[in-house]
Amino acid sequence: MGNIMILVPMIIYLALMLVIAFYTGRKSTSAKGGFIEEYFIGSRSMGGFVLAMTLIATYSSASSFVGGPGVAFTRGLGWVFLAMIQVPTAFLTLGVLGKKFAIISRKIKAVTVTDFLRARYKSDTVVILSSIAILAFFAATMVAQFIGGARLFQAVTGYSYIMGLVIFGIVVVIYTTVGGFRAVALTDAIQGVVMILATIFLLFAVIKAGGGAANAIDTISQVNPGAMEPTAGGTITKPYILSFWVLVGFGVLGLPQTTIRGMGFKDSKSMHNAMIIGTFVVGFLMLGMHLVGVFGQAVLTQGVESGDMVIPTLTVTVLHPILAGIFIAGPLAAIMSTVDSMLILASAAIIKDLYMHYSKSEMTEKKLTNLSFITTAILGIVVFVFAINPPSLIVWINLFAFGGLEAAFLCPTIFGLYWKRANATGAILSFIGGVGSFFYYTISGVKYIGMHQIVPTIAIAIVLFVIGSYIGKKPDKETLILFYGEE
Amino acid sequence: MKMSEKEKNRQLNKEALLTVGLYIIFFIWWYATGYGLSNGDPSTFTYIMGLPSWFFFSCVLGWILVSIAVIVLVKKFFVEIDFEDSDEK
Repeated sequence: MGNIMILVPMIIYLALMLVIAFYTGRKSTSAKGGFIEEYFIGSRSMGGFVLAMTLIATYSSASSFVGGPGVAFTRGLGWVFLAMIQVPTAFLTLGVLGKKFAIISRKIKAVTVTDFLRARYKSDTVVILSSIAILAFFAATMVAQFIGGARLFQAVTGYSYIMGLVIFGIVVVIYTTVGGFRAVALTDAIQGVVMILATIFLLFAVIKAGGGAANAIDTISQVNPGAMEPTAGGTITKPYILSFWVLVGFGVLGLPQTTIRGMGFKDSKSMHNAMIIGTFVVGFLMLGMHLVGVFGQAVLTQGVESGDMVIPTLTVTVLHPILAGIFIAGPLAAIMSTVDSMLILASAAIIKDLYMHYSKSEMTEKKLTNLSFITTAILGIVVFVFAINPPSLIVWINLFAFGGLEAAFLCPTIFGLYWKRANATGAILSFIGGVGSFFYYTISGVKYIGMHQIVPTIAIAIVLFVIGSYIGKKPDKETLILFYGEE
Repeated sequence: MKMSEKEKNRQLNKEALLTVGLYIIFFIWWYATGYGLSNGDPSTFTYIMGLPSWFFFSCVLGWILVSIAVIVLVKKFFVEIDFEDSDEK
């Protein structure tokens, strides 16, 4: 039998998300920039706080709140050291891409990363490849996040997996479908706050249960001295940890779900503030949640069955049930805020990137509105059904999703913005070569000096991009003026 | 401030380079304090606020310092640019 005390605060929280969506959804039908700009990018109106929070919330997923802290539990401070590589995510993404995307997306009325790629490379192949990558990798990630969320729900509340999936899965799909990007960003902002509160509660409770930080560290270092080292007793090698400066470091400049935020904010000031808030908050969440994992070692002395069970077990051990209910909203918020952004982008890929450009039939505002709602809802339902009984293909694709998106989009995005010579030949070669080699390295298990597969993958993608760009034609004058203000 | 498209792009390139510069400085700080202060056996480590000093410097202080550095970066070097077309013709 489940614990009703944990369930109630969670349901109140989810109900709040729905209220927001219906409130913003009513606004969206009367937006002045047209339905598409409103539904898929919220009419570019995000302020600094919402921008920072949606960036962080989208980026933080189940792995930041459950998986990572679980590893920190067994490995110790070395894994926190690794997690802190992600601190610059917000300022790096916005500082490098923010204003460029802001200006260009207004000129070409872009609402997706694919819109940008289409305008920059003028190639249908690039558009089709990019849409396929977004749909396949996002679908797999969304299903995986749903599975993670439902398992977490099951572990903490004692109710069934299906019940968890139904409760929060349906909520995400409804609020995304109804409210579009604006609801996604607003709920993300609230979910970001919930994630911060949850981290504070849990960190405080775990340190208290461990008899204070110094005492807990002392207990842990006696059981496992390696937990005090950046190398985790030699188990985290330098080539391995340095690879994360690519994977969760500058590689995030390729992730469409975070880079799209560069098209959605209001003005320079919003972006400046978001860089400040975002950096502080990402650091806090990463440090806080991973330290919870480490300190957990001093509390759960009898051990746990698997890494993913560390946070759920700690939650029910150290927190009062009502607080546990609020806390569990934290990781669920991380999961929902990743899924909602991907859902709206996947829908944009179908409606904006494919349908609106390649369909010959006449399009009225009304028709587009209905089609967008329907597409988002259907995508959400498909993901939901897949999560009930996950097909092995989806689970398999998910292994490649994060790195695959980086391999696909990092070079076309960055070079496209900053290198005048960049062209479609380079983008296509880099895209196919990058994604292909990421699959190859991951499947074959070939590793160079213990580095993560992403490192050779990105290296290959960069080299192919440069070679391709020199083989292909220079971009035309019009494109150069549009993107760089000069030839 | 009114800027031409060309000036805007120059400024954006500068901001992007400064961002990458701060990113590299954070990396160096993280690496130098993380590995530099953790030589030898864990039993010989010094502790600050209950945490090993390498960890305190690289992860706790590093996070706070980079947050402050971003404030300086944005307030001192970033310019408020108008995103709409500047119509220079």
